Amino acid sequence: MTADTSAAAPRQRLRTGDDPDAHLRTNPMKIGVGLVGMIAVIWGLANLFLAFGYYPQWFGNKFVIGILAIVAGVGGAALLFYFLNMFVEGLPRRLSEGVIPYAFILPGLLLVGLMLIYPTFQTINYSFANADSTAYVGLQNYKTIFGSSEFWQSIVNNILWLLIVPALVVAFGVIVAVLADKLSATGEKVAKSMVFLPMAISAVGASAIWLLVYAYNNPGQPQTGLLNAIWTGLGGDPQTWLAIDTLKLNSILLMVILIWLQAGFAMVLLSSAIKGVPEDTVEAARIDGAGEFQIFWQVIIPQIKGTIITVFVTVFITVLKVFDIVYVTTNGAYGTNVIANLFFNKLFAASEAGQATAIVVVLLIAVIPLIWYQVKHFRDEEAGR
Amino acid sequence: MSRSLMKDGRPRSPFSIVTMTILALLWTIPTLGLLVTSFRTRDDAATSGWWTALFNPFGADWTTSNYSGAWTGADLSSGFVNSIIVAIPATVIPIMFAAFAAYAFTFMDFPFKEFFFLLIIAVMVVPIQVAFQPMLNILGPRGLGISGQYIAVWLLHTGFGMPLCIYTLRNYMSTLPRSVVESAKIDGCSHFQTFWRLVAPMSIPAIAAFATLQFLWVWNDLLIAKLFLKSENTTVIVKLQQLLGSQGQGQELLTAGAFITIIVPMIVFVTLQRYMIRGMTSGAVKG
Repeated sequence: MTADTSAAAPRQRLRTGDDPDAHLRTNPMKIGVGLVGMIAVIWGLANLFLAFGYYPQWFGNKFVIGILAIVAGVGGAALLFYFLNMFVEGLPRRLSEGVIPYAFILPGLLLVGLMLIYPTFQTINYSFANADSTAYVGLQNYKTIFGSSEFWQSIVNNILWLLIVPALVVAFGVIVAVLADKLSATGEKVAKSMVFLPMAISAVGASAIWLLVYAYNNPGQPQTGLLNAIWTGLGGDPQTWLAIDTLKLNSILLMVILIWLQAGFAMVLLSSAIKGVPEDTVEAARIDGAGEFQIFWQVIIPQIKGTIITVFVTVFITVLKVFDIVYVTTNGAYGTNVIANLFFNKLFAASEAGQATAIVVVLLIAVIPLIWYQVKHFRDEEAGR
Repeated sequence: MSRSLMKDGRPRSPFSIVTMTILALLWTIPTLGLLVTSFRTRDDAATSGWWTALFNPFGADWTTSNYSGAWTGADLSSGFVNSIIVAIPATVIPIMFAAFAAYAFTFMDFPFKEFFFLLIIAVMVVPIQVAFQPMLNILGPRGLGISGQYIAVWLLHTGFGMPLCIYTLRNYMSTLPRSVVESAKIDGCSHFQTFWRLVAPMSIPAIAAFATLQFLWVWNDLLIAKLFLKSENTTVIVKLQQLLGSQGQGQELLTAGAFITIIVPMIVFVTLQRYMIRGMTSGAVKG
């Protein structure tokens, strides 16, 4: 560090000292090398990565490709920024100061633009086109999906998921966070880890786990599913749980899987918020004679309201896009379909890109209020910084 | 009413102990069921509940053949290798790009800065489903023709992970003292040097936090892998999903297969849990 500082000192003097034209000077050498370097890096990376795709046999085996990708991806990005920085530094100082922020955000922003922003508009565009996005068909796709009962059933199911899952996830998160806080340090750690662990499990893995819980064997045979074992133990007949759509029971049993997966996430955030509640506010309420429940509702909850809303919104967004669980367990049969699964089946199984993109547009309209909320939330937070 | 005290002097709460024990068991038993079943023979698993084997461990038939069957027979081994190849670059590459952007958003002032950052925040909420048909066209046979290869999935995960990564890192960086960056500037460091020598090393906790989340998300992803990888490149999660779809034969392999898919994220999760919690509470989803 010290060596750097002393080496940099003369440059410093040159910049701020008595040479008034220094900031106007361009350095064509730096501009040239930077430009050529950037082009070479982009060209090299593009070709290498395309070669991974087109000629995987050149590289021997998969691991070589994987390792090369890590090295090239990370090293390439670093080199790209290095040349970009050199190019910008070569510009006259006033210009360079103005350009460098854009140079830093550009690659990231371009990727976001290519992968999310451009496709958003293109998807809206495709929703007015035919099954393979080659010709416009007007509003036909919307007429088709709005005319199908499957679509409306999915909408109803999605609304049910949205009403039930985020609320219960938050409720479980709060309960676990509050109660674990009252345990001994070891007890708290163990209990929280056990609730948190499903966070690491994929929705597909979780579905495998819960399909075992919901398993069905013919009456008379021993039940290998936990739910049916308990149910028959209580005197009931074994049930094919996921086929029962009375009162949407099967959808609710699928929701259990997601609640089970997400509760740990809610618990972690809420737990840290509860630990942040000042002890003296709780103590003061206790001295005033408030019971534990009163303290919980009137002291703790109001102080963690912000976190509760954040968790709720995050889970809400997850639920809006719920797909894997339904796809793997029932694939929408027995009246359990949801929007994201309907979309996937239209796109993948039925090759109806027009209808699929129309469904996404519906989803997109549903998230607009959430986008507005996120932006507003961020602005409020920045104002409070 | 004398309540016993814990070591740290707080009163012991029997209600909490009982409720938490029940909840913790509820959250663990389903996974335990899977683990136990995966070591039982096909006949045993089909004729009695997994808990009977647990109550009578010496009378039950234990086996590891489900694991060898799933690993080689159901070809989860190649899916496993593919998952590793997909997940590591898809975790590391977005961090590179996002870190520079986060640096600019934190330490530099420029016109339209707020606009660009609000764009990032807005995009975080947009469902990734919007990207599929357009990206299938760009990457597929009608475009670049790389759909089905690893590169397609790396690209998609990089793009989809980018907004959250920029957001997380920027939130973390804004807690770093601004004076550090300013004094580096006075010492004549360029932004590039300041980033590499100061800000990037100081942001390691946030980088680790995002990396953990992104790794879990990429490893556990079904949707992108299913749409953008051809069958010999497909991930272990897709293999498990296919196993779940084939009812009947191979049922005993299913539980072992599920456990094989869970084990890597579980290890990552247990070892990096600390970072992940810190990232989640301080940046990724700010409260």
